[in-house]
Parts: sequence; C-alpha cells; structure tokens
Amino acid sequence: MATVTSSPAPPTSNQPGYYVNYSTRVDKVGLRPRIATMVRAIIAVIIAFIMLIPVFWMGLTAFKSRPDAVSVPPTLLFQPTLEGFVSLLTDRRQLTAAELQEYQARDDLNWADELTLLRGQVIIGQSQFPRQLLNSLIISAASTFFSVTFGVLAAYAFSRFQIPGKDDLLFFILSQRMLPAVVVTIPIFLMYKEIGLHDTHFGMILLYTSFNLSFSVWLLKGFIDEIPREYEEAALVDGYTRLQAFRKVVLPQAVTGIAATTVFALIFSWNEYAFALMLTSNNARTAPPSIPEVLGTGGIEWAAIAAGSLAFLIPVVIVTFALRKHLLRGVTFGAIRKG
Amino acid sequence: MATIELKQVEKKFAESFAVQPLDLTINDGEFVVFLGPSGCGKTTTLRMISGLEAVTTGNIYLDGRDVTWLHPSDRDIAFVFQFFALYSHMTARQNIAFPLQAQSESRDQITKKVADVAKMLKIDHILDQKPGSLSGGDQQRVALARALVRRPAAFLMDEPLGALDAEFRESMRAEIKQLHIRQEATTVYVTHDQIEAMAMGDRIVIMSKAIVQQVGTPSDVYHNPSNLFVARFIGSPGMNLLEGQYVDGRVMLAGGSTFSIPNAYNVALNQALNDTGGKVIVGFRPEAVRVGDSGEIAAHVYADDLHGGYSMLHFELDDGVIVHGRVGRDSHHTIGTGLQFGVDPAMVRFFHPVTEQAIQPNGVHA
Repeated sequence: MATVTSSPAPPTSNQPGYYVNYSTRVDKVGLRPRIATMVRAIIAVIIAFIMLIPVFWMGLTAFKSRPDAVSVPPTLLFQPTLEGFVSLLTDRRQLTAAELQEYQARDDLNWADELTLLRGQVIIGQSQFPRQLLNSLIISAASTFFSVTFGVLAAYAFSRFQIPGKDDLLFFILSQRMLPAVVVTIPIFLMYKEIGLHDTHFGMILLYTSFNLSFSVWLLKGFIDEIPREYEEAALVDGYTRLQAFRKVVLPQAVTGIAATTVFALIFSWNEYAFALMLTSNNARTAPPSIPEVLGTGGIEWAAIAAGSLAFLIPVVIVTFALRKHLLRGVTFGAIRKG
Repeated sequence: MATIELKQVEKKFAESFAVQPLDLTINDGEFVVFLGPSGCGKTTTLRMISGLEAVTTGNIYLDGRDVTWLHPSDRDIAFVFQFFALYSHMTARQNIAFPLQAQSESRDQITKKVADVAKMLKIDHILDQKPGSLSGGDQQRVALARALVRRPAAFLMDEPLGALDAEFRESMRAEIKQLHIRQEATTVYVTHDQIEAMAMGDRIVIMSKAIVQQVGTPSDVYHNPSNLFVARFIGSPGMNLLEGQYVDGRVMLAGGSTFSIPNAYNVALNQALNDTGGKVIVGFRPEAVRVGDSGEIAAHVYADDLHGGYSMLHFELDDGVIVHGRVGRDSHHTIGTGLQFGVDPAMVRFFHPVTEQAIQPNGVHA
C-alpha cells in the first residue's frame, strides 16, 4: 500500500534502488567532495612547504655572497653569485696587498678567478670535493647493491625454507642493529688499521654492506612473505628449477620491496658520517665528513657549505624519484585472489 | 596420459599425521575427486603427488615410474591452483607460454600451441591482457590453459573453482568436465564442495582427519556410505540417522515407533550388534521417506521448505530428533500436525553405534 508522500524517507543501503556514487569523474563528483579534496590538497601543500623550507633555504644560501649569507635580517632578494660553488670546488690562497694589485692588473683571468679576487684570494688548485663526492657514489652504490642482493637471497631463504634455528638466526641478524653504531667506531677503527682496510673503498663498502644487510634481510623478508608461494610452485610444476622460479617469478613480484630497500640502504650509506670521519682520510673520504671541512679558516663559508649540501642531495633525490612508482605499495600485487 | 599409484603414502607434520598411510590407484584417464572438510589432508595428498610436498614415507608411481623423490618439474604433471597463481607481470599469452619456455621449445611451436589451447578454452580475445584486468572466470581459464598447453601426463587441481563467484562456478564446472572428457586426461581434483565432487568425479575419495573414509563412485558414496562420517557429510541435508534398538527383525526407534527391516540384514545385524545389546543406528536419505498413513513411524511436522522442484519436509519425532524427508512440491503440510511416515526398505542403511562403520547386508562385503 505505497502512498506517495511529499517527502519520501531517504533510502537506506539495503533497499533496492539505493545508489551510491563511486565515480571519480570530476563532472560526476558533487561540490562538497570536490571542496574536501581541495582542502586536503591545500593542507598537503602547506605541510610540504614547511618541510621544504630548510632545503629551500639551503638552495638560496648556495647562491648567496658572503655578506648576504650572514646578513641579519636574512635577505630573500639578493644578487645571485656562484661564489659558494667556486669556494667548494677550489683551493685558494690569500693574497697580500701587493700581489692583489698585480693580479687585478692582469687581463687573462676567467670569471672564477675574478670572483675569488673580489675576496682577495687566488685559486691555487682543485679542491678534494669532486673526488669525495665520487667516493661517496662508489661506496654507496656498491654497498647498496651488495646489501640488497645478499638481502634478497637471504630473505627468500628465510621466507621459504625450513632452516634449523631460523628464529634464532633472524633474531641474531636483527640484533646487529641493536647496538648504537657509534659505540663500535673505535674498535672497528683499530681493526681496520691493523688489517689494512683503513681508508680503503673496499673497507667502507664492507662496513656499509654489513650495516645494511640486517635491515635489508628483515625488510625484504616481509615483502617476500607476502608473495604467495603458489607463484613459485606453479613455476616449479611447470618445469623450472628453484633458481629459475626465483628469478622469473619471485623477483618481479618483489620489485616493490627491492626498490624500498634500495632507497633505504642508499640513504643510509650516503648519509653516514661518524664511521666515514673515523675510517677515511685522503683516499676513500666520502662527502659527508668533507662538507664541514670547507668551513675554512677565515670564518664560516656558509655559501660553500650550502653548495656542497645541495650537490650532495642530488643523487639521492634522483634515485628516490626514479623508484617512486615502486615505493607506493601494492602496485604489482594483482592476480592472486584472496577468497 | 598416465596412471597414478599411491602406496602407503603418509605425511607427518611434527609428529601429527596430515595424511595417514594411504593406498590408491588412479586409472588412466580417470577423474578422481578428493573431498573432505578443510584440514583433512586432501590438499596435502595432492601436493605430495605433485612433488611440492615431500612424503614422509611411502611411494608414488606415475605410469609405473617411481617419482617419489623427483623434483616437481621432472614429473610431467600440471597443477591448477585455487587462486590461479597467474603472474601479474605477464600477459595472459605469456602466462600460457611460460611452461613451454621451460622446455625451450621453438618460438613457432609455442605460438601455435598457445593459439590452439586458447581457441579450445575460448580465450583468444583476451590473450594480450594482464591477469589483473580479467574476470575471475577468465583468470581461471588462463590458468587452465597454462596447465593444458604442455599436455602433461596428469592434471592436479586444488579447488580450482573455490575462488570463483557462484555464477561462474557452475559453468566452469561443466567446462572442466568437458575438457576432461575431450582430453581423456588423468585428473585429480580437490574440493570441499560435495556438489562439485558428485557432479565431476568418476570416483570420489572422501577424507577426514587425515584418513580416507571411503573411495567410490558418486552413487556409491551417496547410497552406500561406509561409515557415519560419510553418511553425514554427503548429501544436503545428510543422511537421517536415528538411534534404534534391534529386536528380531524389527527396529524400535527411541521415540517408540518400530519398523520392520529388510530380510537381507537380519543375520548381519544379529552378528554385528552382539556387543551393543542390539543398539544400532538407522540411516536413510530424505528421498527414502514415504509420507502416508501406512507408515510405521509417527511424527509431527516441524518445518516445510519449498525448494522449487520439490519440498523438504522436516519432521520431529517424539524424542525431539528431526528427520528430513523429500516430498513432492505439491504436498502441503501445516506445521505442528501429526503424521505417519515410512521408509523405503531398499534404501535403509545400518551403522554400528560404536565403530560407526556401515553394516553390510548378507552376501555383500565391503
């Protein structure tokens, strides 16, 4: 006995005819959700802005002249200069008044020479920084590669095979991270001195690999645990060996985890300061302990430090950006249905 | 195609049996269904046949060849998984070609075989899609194609329809059966769904608690369950099971009604029930129930559900036991009214109350 009333009761979800709009098309989304989306976006932008202020400031400082860098109140608008980069990449000598006049009279100077001359200095050679940045690249890339490669193999074994004392082994691996790393710097320094690993690339790669390995085993085990065994089992039944199945089936599925682990391992070894300071000097010195070295004697070279930090930031940003698609979880998980 | 032979195959996980010693021969081209509740050992058995799980003791023969300790890839069998196990980073075509690549066949051969099997399963049009964009039914067809493409000696299927929606399940059931008939492939199929088992199996192996309860044709396990577990497990609802007292050719039910039993059972019951003092469990299927005034058992109507083609009538006996009877859809009964019913003598079965085993009539040996 349905009677038409002027205000029908709102439909509830279990009534037929109830319609929920799940569409994400802009022209179908109501005004209110659109405002909500905008508000969320604005909040995200504000948070991102707050987070990025130090980086932004560092970028600005890198292009400031010495007086601009230390001026109070800080300047936002200034005449950009490459002074910071020049002091980062060169070694310089202070000139006497007589020398200065002599140099100023010369006309064979390039722009960098002119720039240093303004500060009464002359460029006497290339600084160590490019080489140290290269050291950083070699050591981080190699240690990341090894810790992820060994990590993924160990994690697969821990995830899939019955290993005697598996839990104890896993705990042992985890316990490698329990001691604050700084505690062992002196013993490792002495050891490295003794066995000739001090200030070598190999020594640093070995150290960072062993630091990252425990972390990468645990992280990757989590990812591999989530890949259903059926994938490999299907490959095994279909005529593949265990290693082939691992390479063709497990690895592609674990790409997300491998990417995440790579970024973490890379950032750790790229940023590591304490060990690098203790264990390297000329040959294998990495970038982090060298940036403070540009502090210099004639006052703090803020522009040079900022320029060094900026250069130091770029490789990690590139890698993280290249892998960002995989860092979002769940992209590759598709065709196994969980009933 | 091949025969599969299990000899005293058993599997233990940390001292407890996953599969008790099991003997079974699966004939060439036969479709055998392992049926049982979850955790009964049916999937473990299937995985032992495939080699994905090692046996604890016992031997497995494929076409007479002892494969007990062979790697799965050396057994020439195909496995279809419940959740399809399609590789999401490959297209359907690449998924199907995957087993052939392991055998390093020529590219032309692979292309031809994939096309053939895709045509057979009617999935030609989706070959270039990734599994993630396919419906459940199509995903399972691709998984079947991947199994079929290699023409293995035997197919092992682990609840292949379990992850499908009900509407797909029915049609895929027919498709798999049809494939089996065309391929004449020895197939071992695991399910917990008795309808699937009854519809598809040449023979059904019913397992419970790591033990094989009965091996027989669908009709056999339905009409002649070998024990109380099978009687309850097969059929929906399962067999009516009433406690009774056997006295001289008649059985008195707990509620007081008595009914006469077929002659063929007299001697057997006399012998078997010596140690129980005549206590027996009487079993009959709902379709053995005959409602009518000539019936020997009194009851009243408890519920009456129309199932479309027939009605399922539930009676309550005097002692509160509910009996299910299948009656014509035109018979109507008011709930609460008393009535009489009988049981078709040819369809009555008896079980020992202690051992729970079926008591076979004279001249029949289990």
